[in-house]
Amino acid sequence: MAGKTLYDKLWEQHVVKERDDGTALIYIDRQLLHEVTSPQAFEGLRIAGRKPWRLDANLATPDHNVPTTSAERESGIAGIQDPVSRIQVKTLDENCDEFGITEFKMADKRQGIVHVVGPEQGATLPGMTVVCGDSHTATHGAFAALAHGIGTSEVEHVLATQCLIQRKMKNLLIRVDGELGAGITGKDVVLHIIGVIGTAGGNGTAMEFGGSAIRSLSMEARMTMCNMAIEAGARVGMVGFDDITSEYVKGRPYAPKGEQWEMALAAWKDLVSDDDAVFDKVVEIRAEDIKPQVTWGTSPEMVTTIDGTVPTLADAADEVQRSGFERAYQYMGLTPGQKITDIKLDRVFIGSCTNSRIEDLRAAADVAKGRKVAGSVKQALVVPGSGLVKAQAEAEGLDKVFIEAGFEWREPGCSMCLAMNADKLGSGEHCASTSNRNFEGRQGYGGRTHLVSPAMAAAAAIAGHFVDVREL
Amino acid sequence: MKPFTVHKGIAAPMDRANIDTDMIIPKQFLKSIKRSGFGPNLFDELRYLDEGQPDADNSGRPLNPDFVLNQPRYQGASVLLARENFGCGSSREHAPWALEDFGFRAIIAPSYADIFFNNSFKNGLLPIVLDDATVDRLFKAVAANEGYELTIDLAQQKVITPDGEEIPFEVDAFRKHCLLNGLDDIGLTLQDADDIRAYEQNRRQQAPWLFGA
Repeated sequence: MAGKTLYDKLWEQHVVKERDDGTALIYIDRQLLHEVTSPQAFEGLRIAGRKPWRLDANLATPDHNVPTTSAERESGIAGIQDPVSRIQVKTLDENCDEFGITEFKMADKRQGIVHVVGPEQGATLPGMTVVCGDSHTATHGAFAALAHGIGTSEVEHVLATQCLIQRKMKNLLIRVDGELGAGITGKDVVLHIIGVIGTAGGNGTAMEFGGSAIRSLSMEARMTMCNMAIEAGARVGMVGFDDITSEYVKGRPYAPKGEQWEMALAAWKDLVSDDDAVFDKVVEIRAEDIKPQVTWGTSPEMVTTIDGTVPTLADAADEVQRSGFERAYQYMGLTPGQKITDIKLDRVFIGSCTNSRIEDLRAAADVAKGRKVAGSVKQALVVPGSGLVKAQAEAEGLDKVFIEAGFEWREPGCSMCLAMNADKLGSGEHCASTSNRNFEGRQGYGGRTHLVSPAMAAAAAIAGHFVDVREL
Repeated sequence: MKPFTVHKGIAAPMDRANIDTDMIIPKQFLKSIKRSGFGPNLFDELRYLDEGQPDADNSGRPLNPDFVLNQPRYQGASVLLARENFGCGSSREHAPWALEDFGFRAIIAPSYADIFFNNSFKNGLLPIVLDDATVDRLFKAVAANEGYELTIDLAQQKVITPDGEEIPFEVDAFRKHCLLNGLDDIGLTLQDADDIRAYEQNRRQQAPWLFGA
């Protein structure tokens, strides 16, 4: 019998009941909650007179709407200027209090972006099923967990039953072998992959990242990659368990301790795809082929290399892509054949659930150190992923590096990744952003997003246009 | 949830691949704590010429005359014809809420993003998958015939064109059952509460570190 993939194993371990129609009831070990996709779920529980099935499986924190200036943060929820945002954050507090769910509230040092907070607390553990009403829940798969985003109806379903009705997906392996060049990060690897397989390339699959290049990556880099599996259409991104995983998890507040740690470790060692596992599809990528990536268009698959140019219509694969290119040129204000290094930036955003962890901030600070943000750049924001990331960065003096270079050092939250708070792009502005989506209007009405790694974003802030971080 | 049995309505074409959830309902409207009232802001950035604000009156806003749903011939449309990878991007259920609130009951496209597809069924909105060539043919038929109406018979799993052509489609048996009867699947899952408890007891022994923090 053929071996099993990591996904096969995680799936089998969580089947409560198989149904005749090929779906199964799957048990959920952890649900993360935030203010945007949970209010209607709690309201649903109230209307039906239901209680959460298991309180300790849930952990909440507000992130999407929270302001990131210290002035607004100092007076707590009352300090949120936007009344609609204020109600949403307040509603999360009220719901968590009413139902008895642990929440890291806005003033808590542990507050931050759910996908940064979960792993940081050890609330995300290998072998778990993790869900959240947010598509970037794929992030947690970096821990050899089965993690994916769900809608609000399913948030309510998990609150009420601790289960989800699921159909098993197909197995997709993205194998990256070889050695990554200097200055190439997890962000560049995943953007390169999306460029190869396209934004729908992973639809209907659980996407595992494997190969020697992935094994050498830190947990932060693996989280960045799994985070963006959804931008390639895969709800689930995953990396097999190894020593790097256990090193990261060990000692975290929610991680097992003592005897249970040993027990867990023994169980987790099997959380890898077997050597003879059969995947429905395998995509092979050579690490040496990957250069720093920059998106030029309005879909993450519209990506090229720093030494590249905006593609021409002749580069489009078909009629559908051709019309997509035409719309993107117009929206982005770019011309076919234009050099990427000629794109001038109005704003720079370093943050988001993709790239706001300590390693990301260190990489950006390395570039910023002793340099100045270009005068033509209106704003360069650094938004740490959590209060604890912020504290760690400050302990290392990174905040001073950024401030001296002319960056703004902010409080934790989702911020300009999706501009639900006050941090947003003006119409027509170009932004070098370490976030995950370059959709039209994503970072602000009419805003133009270019996705890059933290080091590339910092370099672009200094130069005022895109530059190859390897040549600094 | 509203049951879905047979639906007949005007088809409107969204001739663009990779329609993302930010396009379907921009983020500022996600600040609502309700699950209704998103219809006026469906496709907000494509539909209006200015920037929409949550909780604002949309009646006086300048409409984009080029946007398909603003054209007189598609007024009252309830079947959306779309291209591949419809609904990609975020997990916001506000996307199907907005489509449903606007008046759509079904979507026809060659493919959907997984989370959007799943979310639609929970809201009485039927996402139908038809092959590229068939979808292409429907786009042409809609363009050529004003007031082109499609009938969708979920029980029979058929899309029926005005000239009587019957196009079969696939749908999961469980989802079909829920949609036909307008069932709340939480209630159905809770019928298996004993199985969930048994699983949980077993798991607690195998992985005690997952419990009781």
